[in-house]
Amino acid sequence: MTEPATPDAEPDEGDGGGRTDRAERPDEADAEPTDEPTADAAAARAEAATRSPGTGANAVIAALEAAGVETAFGVQGGAIMPVYDALSASSIHHVTMAHEQGAVHAADAYGIVRGDPGVCMATSGPGATNLVTGIADASMDSDAMLALTGQVPSDMVGSDAFQETDTVGVTAPITKHNYFASDSDDVGRTVGEAFALAGTGRPGPTLVDLPKDVTFGETDRPVGEPAAPDRAIPDAEADDRQVEEAASAIQRAERPLCLFGGGVIKGDATEEARAFAREFGIPVVTTMPGIGSFPEDEDLCLSWAGMHGTGYANMAITHTDCLIAVGTRFDDRLTGGVDTFAPEAEVVHVDIDPAEISKNVHADYPVIGDAATVLDQLDAAIGYADAPDTAAWREQCAAWREQYPMDYAIDPDEPVKPQFVVEAFDAAMDDDAYVTTGVGQHQMWAAQYWTYREPRTFVSSHGLGTMGYGLPAAIGARVAADDDRQVISFEGDGSFLMTIQELSVAVRENLDVTIVVLNNEYIGMVRQWQDAFFEGNHMASQYDWMPEFDTLAEAFGAKGFRIDEYDDVEGVVEEALAYDGPSVVDAHIDPEENVYPMVASGAANGQFALAEDQL
Amino acid sequence: MSERTEGDRSEEETERSAGAPTTDGGTDHPAESPVAEHARPAGGDAPETGLAGPTPDERPHPTGRRDEHGVRKEPDHGPEPTRRATVSALVEDEPGVLARAAGLFRRRQFNIESLTVGPTTVEGHSRITLVVEETEAGIEQAKKQLAKLTPVIAVGELSGDAVAAELVLLKVRGEEPDKVHAITSMYDGQTLDAGPRTITVQITGDENTIDDAIDAFDQFGIIEIARTGQTALERGDSPTTPGEEPGHSAGETDDDEFTNYDD
Repeated sequence: MTEPATPDAEPDEGDGGGRTDRAERPDEADAEPTDEPTADAAAARAEAATRSPGTGANAVIAALEAAGVETAFGVQGGAIMPVYDALSASSIHHVTMAHEQGAVHAADAYGIVRGDPGVCMATSGPGATNLVTGIADASMDSDAMLALTGQVPSDMVGSDAFQETDTVGVTAPITKHNYFASDSDDVGRTVGEAFALAGTGRPGPTLVDLPKDVTFGETDRPVGEPAAPDRAIPDAEADDRQVEEAASAIQRAERPLCLFGGGVIKGDATEEARAFAREFGIPVVTTMPGIGSFPEDEDLCLSWAGMHGTGYANMAITHTDCLIAVGTRFDDRLTGGVDTFAPEAEVVHVDIDPAEISKNVHADYPVIGDAATVLDQLDAAIGYADAPDTAAWREQCAAWREQYPMDYAIDPDEPVKPQFVVEAFDAAMDDDAYVTTGVGQHQMWAAQYWTYREPRTFVSSHGLGTMGYGLPAAIGARVAADDDRQVISFEGDGSFLMTIQELSVAVRENLDVTIVVLNNEYIGMVRQWQDAFFEGNHMASQYDWMPEFDTLAEAFGAKGFRIDEYDDVEGVVEEALAYDGPSVVDAHIDPEENVYPMVASGAANGQFALAEDQL
Repeated sequence: MSERTEGDRSEEETERSAGAPTTDGGTDHPAESPVAEHARPAGGDAPETGLAGPTPDERPHPTGRRDEHGVRKEPDHGPEPTRRATVSALVEDEPGVLARAAGLFRRRQFNIESLTVGPTTVEGHSRITLVVEETEAGIEQAKKQLAKLTPVIAVGELSGDAVAAELVLLKVRGEEPDKVHAITSMYDGQTLDAGPRTITVQITGDENTIDDAIDAFDQFGIIEIARTGQTALERGDSPTTPGEEPGHSAGETDDDEFTNYDD
């Protein structure tokens, strides 16, 4: 993938578009992201931490700089203006989004790709409330993120002033913690703490509400290094006894199964997780957020379990006698009915958050700690000689893989199958490409028919299921990713239309992303459920008034493509990927195609339906 | 495990799947068509839309079950009993902390019986005392979720012999002041206001004492009641929340007496 052209708007920022950070790295040839900050970057952070800010707004920006923030996503507005004014003098690149929901999803995806909290900004009132969906989304998926919101001046708070909302009150249940800044001297330290807290322990979104008088106010107090409160920093290492007991349960097992959740990826534990499963020959299923934690093209990997997971993953999870669950919260989309979930398994549950232990599924062996550290501890405690003999069990899993193939029937005279489009792009793109999605049937096909091999490459809205997530997430991922990594977004027609305005941002920033709309002129997942459970009454799910997305893309200044039949696919894939900039592929798919396998809500995983008449 | 004959069953199923004729594999695609390689190895009873494979009825199913808390159980277990627990949380005394705790309990559907809050011996710290009625798993979860809140320093559940007390103000009709006074004395209460028509008294004590006192005053006709809800401390040297350290005023006496607080 080639370097996008530099937009005229930012002549000072040598490199291009949203990726000024690359230009600042001394060794540009080094494509590998490195955890070690360069000497220059470290010096800049130290300078930001110790300088006298002058105003509260400058302190906010200094705190972001001291935290190493390179990019922020947001929308201007009345109450946040002092912060934006201060931002203009900063090296932080600001990506102006078309809507605050775009900003928050972009920041979310940026954070997922980078492994550091993404930052979004909005003004008070409607700006802040427009962030709410994305904050809730990040909260459900344990994504590290910092949201900064403007607020009316302190003396007007509580008076129902123009564009006033109780942002702290509104976002309290959907943030890891939030802050109301009340003092110009403290605001910088608070922003630093909020940033650090977002990425500490179990990640999550934090928010700082910034009254205009506080950001306008004068302060000479340096912001200092960002630091989370001591008691918010959990121990990485698990209790030895917990580890010993879990290890002996695994040794005793005849049908052990690893279940890797999003926590494996967020905890940067993929290396340890892979090593663990491979060393002991334990088959692996993932959750949907855990996709990419284990290479899906390896024999040991059964892909993901749950409502639309593979039949073989659901068979394995139903019949395992020892479930080694790492970094998962046992969401109902994974478990189906808890009464029938892995009913014969002793559960080893590794998690950094003690509150997840036995919340939904009782943990026979709770192991509280950092995933990477604990997996190393477990590895050492089991020892190769005492590893369980899993040969027969692996054979059984392989048999299930044969019995329940992920496939689809196609007829060249019929409309194109969405799975085919997903596979065509997968075949044409790099193994480490980033895939973002909206929410719906297309999301499931993108999860099922794309072969994921690397962590952080599947960027999706899991717990909250936010339609419209895909495009802004693609923008965030594109800005965050190294230039040589490809970014593709799968959207449904209904999902895409919810945040389509962000296409203007992709065009303005000339972001090389490919947006594939799997267009069936339905809210397809709803239609699938209506067919299954509401006697085919398609109330409000038929979207036959959809615009021509390829033409609309051109109106935005992006490149539009259209797929109507199988013969179009190969050429469009090639051209869309070759296009240097945002392209939209309006793929008209079989409107009747449904997502299978499917575990009905609350049903047993092993009862997954392969077709509608099995529901 | 012994109920299932996994190996046998799988062989059968594999055979059925492999040996079945394909329903849609015979379509003639042009060799260069991108779809040519797709010929689904569908099972004999494969649906027209959907995936191939043994149907739900044809699959082996384990017989085990879990209860509503995800604990492996016999299928015919009864409902989980609930119990009352007094939970004490030491928190940073910052705006909104009570709202956070109360909001947490509301949105997670924990059943709060009472909630009290007040300062401790340490400046900047407050204590929240919550009485909840929940299942054992629910109580554990409530404590963990509370402990997760950033301003919460420590959470403890009080033992059965903890010291617990509540205050109630009772306003009763004043026609029989002597009798009211007698009952008030019986409960070691105080008369706060006595007029020709109403008498207001204050009673403190554990929850049962308060309930009994209200029953006793009922004979005079209770006009209004205000109860504070229960507050509680652990008895003796045991700290009410783990790791809790007293403030300076308490520490001045004799450090050795408070060694338990450092545990």
